[in-house]
Amino acid sequence: MIHPKIHHMIHTEQLTRHFVSKKETVEAVKGVDIDIAAGELVAFLGPNGAGKSTTLRMLTTLLPPTAGQAWVAGASITTEAAVVRSRIGYIGQGDGAGHSFRVMDELVMQGRFYGMNSSDSMSRAQELTKSLDLTALEKRKVSTLSGGQRRRLDIALGLMNSPGLLFLDEPSTGMDPHNRANLWDHINRLRDERETTIVLTTHYLEEADAYAERVLVIDHGEIIANDTAANLKATLAGDRIMITVDGANAAAASALVAGRGKELTTSNGSHEVTIAGRFDQGVRTLPWLLRELDHAGVEVRAADVRVPTLDDVFLSLTGRSLREESEVAA
Amino acid sequence: MTTLVADTRAVFQREMSLVLRDPFSIIFSLVQPLVFLGLFGPLLAGSVDPAAINGASPLQWFLPGVIVMICLFGTSTTGSNLLFEITLGSYERVLATPLHRSAILIGKALKELAPLVVQAALVTLVSIPFGFTLYPVHVLAGLLLLGVFGVGMGAFSNALAIASRKREWMFWAVQQSLLFPLLILSGMMLPLDTGPQWIQVLSKFNPLTYIVDAERALFSGTFDNPAIGWAVLAAVLTCAAGLWVGVKQVGRSTT
Repeated sequence: MIHPKIHHMIHTEQLTRHFVSKKETVEAVKGVDIDIAAGELVAFLGPNGAGKSTTLRMLTTLLPPTAGQAWVAGASITTEAAVVRSRIGYIGQGDGAGHSFRVMDELVMQGRFYGMNSSDSMSRAQELTKSLDLTALEKRKVSTLSGGQRRRLDIALGLMNSPGLLFLDEPSTGMDPHNRANLWDHINRLRDERETTIVLTTHYLEEADAYAERVLVIDHGEIIANDTAANLKATLAGDRIMITVDGANAAAASALVAGRGKELTTSNGSHEVTIAGRFDQGVRTLPWLLRELDHAGVEVRAADVRVPTLDDVFLSLTGRSLREESEVAA
Repeated sequence: MTTLVADTRAVFQREMSLVLRDPFSIIFSLVQPLVFLGLFGPLLAGSVDPAAINGASPLQWFLPGVIVMICLFGTSTTGSNLLFEITLGSYERVLATPLHRSAILIGKALKELAPLVVQAALVTLVSIPFGFTLYPVHVLAGLLLLGVFGVGMGAFSNALAIASRKREWMFWAVQQSLLFPLLILSGMMLPLDTGPQWIQVLSKFNPLTYIVDAERALFSGTFDNPAIGWAVLAAVLTCAAGLWVGVKQVGRSTT
């Protein structure tokens, strides 16, 4: 079936999921519309319980939607779930490999589950153990592997069917920085070598910022922002400049700064006043500002510019800090 | 249909790799029925009136019961492995593959049945010197019947595992509180003929009763027993109902 929506790798229309818990209906995902083109690397960013994983589970056919529809890799997730499954790879939050099994057995069987014959599956498994540095572990029992080794095995399992579209659910949770960097090496290699479309969920701001081409910010089951990290920061947060001047010159300084900045705040210290606000292109604005203040005879005692993070974006969108929410949840 | 067979084979092979890679588990699984036969058999022989079992060797009566019991224990506990896989995450990975949903259940149940064939063969062979008469064709038919029943039981067990995935203790609570009434009320271990009327009435509602009766008829070398027809019906119904409930549950297991 050729559907008009297959031009997108992922296309959703009002995709919705409710859960009923103790007779209360929880709207985990509230009618989201998502479009993802082939070859994109998109991150779903949001606090725990925002609906990121629920969305991902619907897209991977693990969870049927309550309402709405989605087409993934050219097939409908409700009426052609098996087709979707055969075309995608999925790396979940848990251990993909069974603990009592051997590494190589699990990989070969995974290929068989995708309908590959034994010899094709075996050669694909060897290819992957080689590229993921698992060759020495092929005969080991999964339960004896370290956390990092298990994660590499999970990636290998998710790639056995050479999917054009790969989903990763919180791929780096609980990883140390070294293993996290390693994971991203593999993901980036996949993109470079095979142009794989990648969709992942994360609550790590730095990760979404550094690697994703596009970030969908999800909160309370809704997509509240959708753009590149750079654009989100520029439009929703902006650079923050803070200058401290002699108390006597506060009025002159405020007048100068007011022409350029937004959301200005002033705080009085003993004999000093600190003025802070949001500025476009803060790194370039600060030297200009210092020069102007100098011309006006204002003595600047301290100056600071801070480039925004995605946390500032989240803060400006929701009034809450994503970092704090993640810490509370963890 | 071809994918169902191929998928079932793949799931079965994955499960079997656990058994084949760990020979110790095979040895242990063989010792268990032997211990049971060796310890319970003599006790039963001493306490059962030979007239109640038509004057045959007590083994002829007791052995089929042991084999049905092995099947029941093996298939009714298979869900605990699934529960383990659900908790750790590997089951979700399997669900994300295009595997036929029934194949997941049938493959897992068949894995519990494969050792059964070996166990049954062993206890049967060991029993021959002690007066058991072997009717190979009838015994094979009996195992086939148990196979159909066992796939259903395994599917029920897996469905129970999925239903209790958020409260693991519930799996064992339900499994144990169903297993023993089913077992005792089937006349598997002790003849029910000498029991009170109400027990005999209850046993008529237990599908396992028909399976046990049919196995006894088959192991004593006859196909000419109405119990066999009822047992085939009971086995097919158990299998169909188990798979139906099981496949429904599989779809729910990720919510």
